[in-house]
Formats: sequence, C-alpha cells, structure tokens
Amino acid sequence: MLNTVFMPEIALMLTALVLFFMTLGKYRTGTVQAVSLVLTAITLVITFASLGTQGLMFYDVYQIDALSQLFKVVIVFGLFLVFILGSGLVGIEEKLHTEYNMFLVISALGLMFLSSSVELLTILLSLEISSYALYVVIPFRRGQGRLHVEAGIKYILFGAASTGLTLYGMSYIFGMAHTTYLSELSEKIPALVATQPLAIIAIILVMTAFFYKLAMFPMHFWAPDIYQGAANETTSFVATLPKVGAVLLLLRFVAVAGVDISQVTWVLAAIAVLSMVFGNFSALVQTDLKRLLAYSSIAHAGYVMIGILTADAMGMAAAVFYVIGYLLMNLGAFYVIYNIAPAGQNVTFDDLKGLSRRSPLLALTLLVSVFGMAGIPPTIGFIGKFMIFTGALNKGFYALVVIAVMNAAVASFYYLKMARAAYCAADDERATIQLSFGAKLMGTFFILAIILIGALPQSILAAAKQAVATIL
Amino acid sequence: MENYLILNTLNYPILSLLLIVPVVGALVAMFLRGDTLLKIWGLAVTLVTALISLPLWTSFDQTTAKYQFVELRHWFPALNLDYVVGVDGISVLLVLLTTLVMPLCVLCSWTYIKTRWKEFLIVTLLMETAMIGVFVSLNTVLFWIFWEGMLVPMYLIIAIWGGARKDYASIKFFLYTFCGSIFLLVAIVSMYITTGTFFIPELMNADFGFSYQVWIFLACALGFAIKMPMFPFHTWLPAAHVEAPVAGSVILASILLKMGGYGFLRFCLPMAPAASLYFVPLLLVMSLISIIVGGYLALGQSDIKKLIAYSSVGHMGFVTLGIFLLNDAGIKGAMLQMINHGITTGALFILIGIIYERTHSREIADNSKLGMFMPIYVTFLGIFSLSSLAFPGTNSFVSEFLVLFGAFDKYPLVGAVSILGAILAAAYMLRLMQKMVWDDSDGHVPHGEHAEERKSTLFDCNIREFIQLAFLTIFVFWIGLHPTPLLDMMDSSVAHLLHQIDAGSLLPDAAHHGESHALLEGAGTWIKNLF
Repeated sequence: MLNTVFMPEIALMLTALVLFFMTLGKYRTGTVQAVSLVLTAITLVITFASLGTQGLMFYDVYQIDALSQLFKVVIVFGLFLVFILGSGLVGIEEKLHTEYNMFLVISALGLMFLSSSVELLTILLSLEISSYALYVVIPFRRGQGRLHVEAGIKYILFGAASTGLTLYGMSYIFGMAHTTYLSELSEKIPALVATQPLAIIAIILVMTAFFYKLAMFPMHFWAPDIYQGAANETTSFVATLPKVGAVLLLLRFVAVAGVDISQVTWVLAAIAVLSMVFGNFSALVQTDLKRLLAYSSIAHAGYVMIGILTADAMGMAAAVFYVIGYLLMNLGAFYVIYNIAPAGQNVTFDDLKGLSRRSPLLALTLLVSVFGMAGIPPTIGFIGKFMIFTGALNKGFYALVVIAVMNAAVASFYYLKMARAAYCAADDERATIQLSFGAKLMGTFFILAIILIGALPQSILAAAKQAVATIL
Repeated sequence: MENYLILNTLNYPILSLLLIVPVVGALVAMFLRGDTLLKIWGLAVTLVTALISLPLWTSFDQTTAKYQFVELRHWFPALNLDYVVGVDGISVLLVLLTTLVMPLCVLCSWTYIKTRWKEFLIVTLLMETAMIGVFVSLNTVLFWIFWEGMLVPMYLIIAIWGGARKDYASIKFFLYTFCGSIFLLVAIVSMYITTGTFFIPELMNADFGFSYQVWIFLACALGFAIKMPMFPFHTWLPAAHVEAPVAGSVILASILLKMGGYGFLRFCLPMAPAASLYFVPLLLVMSLISIIVGGYLALGQSDIKKLIAYSSVGHMGFVTLGIFLLNDAGIKGAMLQMINHGITTGALFILIGIIYERTHSREIADNSKLGMFMPIYVTFLGIFSLSSLAFPGTNSFVSEFLVLFGAFDKYPLVGAVSILGAILAAAYMLRLMQKMVWDDSDGHVPHGEHAEERKSTLFDCNIREFIQLAFLTIFVFWIGLHPTPLLDMMDSSVAHLLHQIDAGSLLPDAAHHGESHALLEGAGTWIKNLF
C-alpha cells in the first residue's frame, strides 16, 4: 500500500539523493542537467501513473487523493519544464550547478508533501522544507552585483515573518478546535466562524504563509525584489511552483472555513481586489521584465483568489485550471527571458527590441504567453478567466467580477507593451539569437500548449473538477 | 434547439470551411518563401474562401428567419457549450462582404506592404477567420472568442505596418475595444448563469426582467458602441485609420465597424427588447450627434484618411439611427448601409492607398490637380465620392433613403436633423473631390518642368488597381439601381426581429414588477417630450 501510493515522493527523494551524491564529486553542467532531467522525467511518469490512487498514511496526516495527485503531476511537470528551460544554467555560479539542481528538487519535494498534507503541523513542515531550499537557492547567482544577496535576505525575512504569523494562527485554531487535523477542523470551524470573530482572524492568519508563497496583497512585498534579484532560471521556479502549492492549500483551508459566504469570504474578496489593483497598476510603470512579471503575478494571485473564495465546485475547479494555465504561460515568458539573456542578466524592454527579427520563435512564444496572461481567446488564459468569472457570477459576486474585468483591461496595456516591444520597436543591429534544437522544441511546446489547451480545455477542466470534488 | 435551426443541407460544411480555409492558408504560409509566392498564395486562399462562400448567396432560403447552413458539434459539454455556427438574413450579407473584401485587401497591399509579407499574410488570414467567425457564431462564447481574438491580428497589422504614430494608434485601438468587450463577456456569463445556455436563439427567447435587461443592454451596448464607433467613443477610429496600412484601413472600415451594428441587432435588440425600447431616445440622440459631429469634423480635415475616417463616424451614425428606429425601413436601411459603407469606404481607402504609393502623402494639398494626370483614378474617385455622399443611383442613396424614410415615418424631427448629416456629407466629399481633381485656387495649372515631374510620379492606375476598383464599382451601381435582391434576403429575418422586439417589450413579467411599468411609462413620456 505505502509503496505504490508514495512512489512519486520516493522517486523525487531518490532524485534529490542522487544529486546529493553528485555534489560530492565534480561533474560537468551537461551531465548534471541530463541526470536531473532523466530522473525528473521518470518521477513524472510515476506521478502520472499514481493519478487516481487514494490513501491515508502516517497517522492520517498524509492524504493521497485526486486533488493531491493532480497537483503533484503539475509540480513535477513544472520542475521538469524549469530544468529544460534553464538548460546550461547560465545565471548560476558554475561550481554550484549540482547543488542548485538538488535544492530545486528538494523544494519541489516539499511542495509535493504539501499537496498531500492534511494536518496543520505537517503542512507547516512541508512548507518549510520547500521554503528553506529556496532560501538557499536564491542567492546562487553569477556576478550581478549584490542584488541577489539582497533578494535572498528579503526572501528569508518575509518568509520567516509569514511563517510566524501562520503558526500564531494555528495556535488559535488548536486552542479553539482542539485538533490539528483538517478533516476534523472542517466539522468544527464553520460553526466557529459563524459565531466567533477570533476564528476568522485565525483562519486568515493561517493563510498568511500561503499569501506569502502566492505573493498576495498583504504579503506581496518580496516578489518584485526577489524576481529581479534572483537568477532568471531561479525566478522561473519561484514564480510558478510554490504558487501552485499555495493555491492548493488555500483551497483546502477555504473548504475548511466552510462553503457558505461568511466573513472569511469578504476578507478574501478584499485581498483579491487589492492584489489585482495593486499588482496591475504597479506593473504599468515597470521596465525590468522580471519585475513586471512579479507585479503581474500579484494581480494573477488576485484572480485565482476569486475562484478560491467562491468555495464551490465551479469556482474552485476554475482556480485549479487557472493556476495550471498560469504556470504554463509564466514559464513561457521566462523561457523567452532566459533565452534572450545569454549571460544571465536581467532583461528590460530595451532587450526585446527587434525580437521578431532576431528570433521569430521567441517573439511568437512571448506574444502567445502575454496575450494568454491578458486573457485573449483562444488561449488557456482566456478559458481560465472565463471559468473564474463564471464561478464568481454563479455565486453572485457581480461587483467582484466587474472589478476583475476592469483590471483585466488595465493589465492588457502592459502585456501589450511587451508584445509591442518584441514586434514593433525600431530594429537595431543586434545579432540574431541562435536557439538549440531543444530550445526550439520548448518554444513550440509552449505555443501549442497555451493555444491548444485554450481551444480544447475539456480534459484538464474535468480533472480539476474531479480534484476539487474531494475537498467539498 | 432545432426550432431555430435548419441544418446544413449542402453536402459539405460550408461555414466551417470558411473558418478553416484561411487558418490552413496561414499555416501553409509559414513554410513558404519569397514575397511573390506569398502574395499569390494569399490571393489564392482569399479567392478560394470567397468562392466557397458563394453558395451562401445562391442557396440561401429567403422565406425563413431560421438560422441556415447550421453545423452543430459538442465542444465543452461541462458548460453546455457547443460549437454551433449558422447564418440568417442579418448575418449572411456581412459574411459575403467579408469574403469578397479580403481578396481586395491582399491586392491593395501588393506593393504597399514592403516588409515582412509572410507575417502580414498570416495575420490577415487569421483576421479573416476571426471576422467570419463573429458573423456566423450562434453561441455567445464562440462569438466572444472570435470577437476578442480579432483584436490581436488587427493590433499587429496597425502596430507593425502602420505609419508614424502607429504605437499610439494601435494601443489606443486595442485598449478601447478591449475595455468595451470585456463587459460583454460579463453579460454573456451572467446570462448563462441566469438561463443555463450560451445558445443565442435561446437567449433571445429568455424573457429577462426589465432591470436585468437594462444591465445586459448597457454591458453589451458599450462594447458595440465603441466598435461602431458612436460618439463619444469614436476617438480611436481616426487614429487607427490614419496609421493603419491600406489593407488595415480597408478591413477596419469595411468589416470591423460593421460588427458593432451586427452586435446591436444580434444581442441588444432581441435579448433586451424592453431595455432597447427604454434606451431608444438616448441611442437616437447619440446617433444624431455622431452623424453631425462626424460630418462636421470631416469638413475640417486636411488629411484624406482622417476625412474618410470621420465620414465613417457619420455614416455609422446612420446605421445606429436606423437600428434604433425599430421599424422595418430603419433596420433594413441600417443593414444595407453597413454593406454599402463597406463597399464605398473600402474603395475610398484603396484609392487613398493608391495615391499614397505615388506621392507619399495623405495631405489633400499634396494630392491636388490629379485630373490632369490620372483620368481613370479620378473617375473612380468621383464614383465612390458620389456614392459616399449618397448620390441617387449609387448604393448609399438607397440605404440612407430607407433610414430617412424610417425616421420621418416615426420621428419627423429626427429625420429632419439627420438630413443635416447628408448635407454635410455632400459638402465634405465635394470639397475633397474638387481639391483633388481640379483645385485652381492658386490660379495656375502645372506646366513645363513642374508638370513633367508630376507626370513621372503620377502614373495612372495599373491593371491590378483597376480590377479592385472596377469590382467594387459593380456593387455601387448594382445596389444603387436594383437593391431588391439584398433587401429580400433580409426580409424574413428583420420581420422576425421586429416581432421579437414587439413580443419582448410587452414584458410578460411586468405585472410582478411595478417599477418596470413606471420605467416604461417614463420612457414613453421621455420620447414624447423629446420629439
């Protein structure tokens, strides 16, 4: 029993272990990357095979269900994409390449644990496994002044603060409900939320760590600096995978807080609105692309939150779908950023000039990714927004949806700015960008995935629906 | 569902082919090399699409208001979302207009577009699919996908191949239309939540409450009014028109602007009939302002493209005016006006493109006295200018006459005011023609060296240009002298639409909503007071 359902985690642990032993010797980057890729691919296959399994382990703190397995597939797949995307690891200190990959694997492993955790302390533990690995990885950057050190320290400080708040909230919850198991909490908390204001505060405090991971409004301050300071390949990880894990946990906690519209819903709605407004308006004036994407991710977190706070099957499935689309589109954008910065430097609008001539594939990938993020059909981003709006209107959140669409209009401006820079800016005499075969394949993959899943979203949406059914 | 549809009886899926052929053409174009080959390929694809669309004309059943040539496939069962396409008397002519104008767009770009032909062809063909998709979708989400999907290629056409201020114009175009249409999406989703369907004919029969209709109407009308464009949402149009390359201007003028009118006819009137009735005064006033302001601004332009752009605002004012007269002549006139504006203004933009290639200026002053050098060109210029000012015998006369007839029939004052617009149209078009063809304001005709120099640049139309203009000229006189076939095609659908509005405005649930009665009466007195 344990062997079959726990296989994905075991496979990823072995991957980390193999990479650990490799850190003891000296290997070329190519070897390290190949080993990481192959092992992650094997893990991916195993995780796929584990779709549909069920089980409760380790004194019922670890639950294998449709939701957890879907997110594990997404996490491992994301890790796989991050590894291919960052082939060569040009932004990372040469001697740290093996360690770098190992820590990424460990962080993903923490997120995998997080997907299945259904008990407060286990959740905290998994969260910290994932965070600590990232604390280490963020300053791994080759020669870009001190930005990355600043980023690393900020990430730790904000991370520690938010974890503290979460623990504080957990203490309240334990005090009120006398249990740390989500399944038992979900029976007691809705009644408490209705009667005791403290329960609302406790729930929101517990969510703080996930707001931090997701870069939601009150805990978003780190995002722009860390995005900018970390290496391009690190940012592509930080910007996507932890957010997937955070969304899952938010789904679980909102379900625990009860499916009825309560005070918690209104707090979350306020957070969603502030996230969207703050993220979008700040993104308008950015010139560094990674900083821009950081602000845009704050706004995206707001959209996801709208889906989550509906606390019904339609809205939550929409949130799951949205975050999968977000992962693909963001990785698509980071793929472009990584490839136009051969020395691992940060990319500004200036660097996008003439991209359509220098590399038509990169320009098209960027175009599809940013129009996807803006929610233009027929992309995965459009279906995601469409589903979120449908879910929210279904619950009667008209004002929230109207604010969200106004924000979508604001956001379209800076996404358009990126497309314009790539396609229309005056063509200077920069050299064309040569892409390897693998990189070309990757770009084609992103374009096709973003458009085809947008045109035929049925299967992923069905999986998302099935997944959220387990917590409702 | 079948009550509203006649499934496609042709032995091939005609509407799906119209949607697929340009996309396949675009995909193949990715692998072609050489500008000449690409141009020929683009012309071939658009011509084949046009040929495929012809059975829509010949096999169209005029006796029914049901949707024809319908294809229905399940697409997204979880949301009751189907792929369903079909045409009726309201959309069929717009589909044909699209397919017939697109080959001209390739032809008129033949030498005008000098760089990146491959990309140009790909976005133009994708544009064609999106535009046809808007007119044939019978599903609100499908409609919105094409409606919004159209923004990207159009944005790229302006932003890449546009003029000096292309950045400003393209972003303005994108943001304006995006802001408008995003509320349309909210309306679409909201109607789905209320009724459980995205299927347009079912939504038309949904009988929403009055206050709900008001919201639906406002959300939809904002998007359509921006697209039209109606005063005061028209400011993106001159910018976009002036900066767009000639094909972009033609697509904008001939087809894109029609989508606003089509949207009013397809969404606002049948889905929110009571609200439409309530907003009639507002929309009529906005239409009148569009007509007068558009014409007045056109009078003062020195840039030919800007002049035509403002004249479009005026002409589209006649379209909304006709639509919101809510009578047979008005709506038919509006629909015919959309077709005519597509033909005439499309041709005028092609003419501007031709002269711009020769003199590299769009200023009227730089393009004067063409009569001496380009007799064929000025002949066409004369024909389309007269058509634009609705000279009897040309196409626009029929449609503007119908709208004016409808206006005088219902609200004589409205008719009287809109006559002003027709006078303004005559004034600015005759001024344009006089300046461009003759212009002896400086008292001398070019002679000697100066004339030789002008002659060398101002060569007359070549065969390619002649074919485009001659083709459109046929329609000018055909519709001008014998519009009956087109009006017959609209007949059943317009009658059905008017029936829907009558039935819907009776408001079956009015008894339960005291406020609706009060509002309707308020609307009635508002109209009476106005006129």
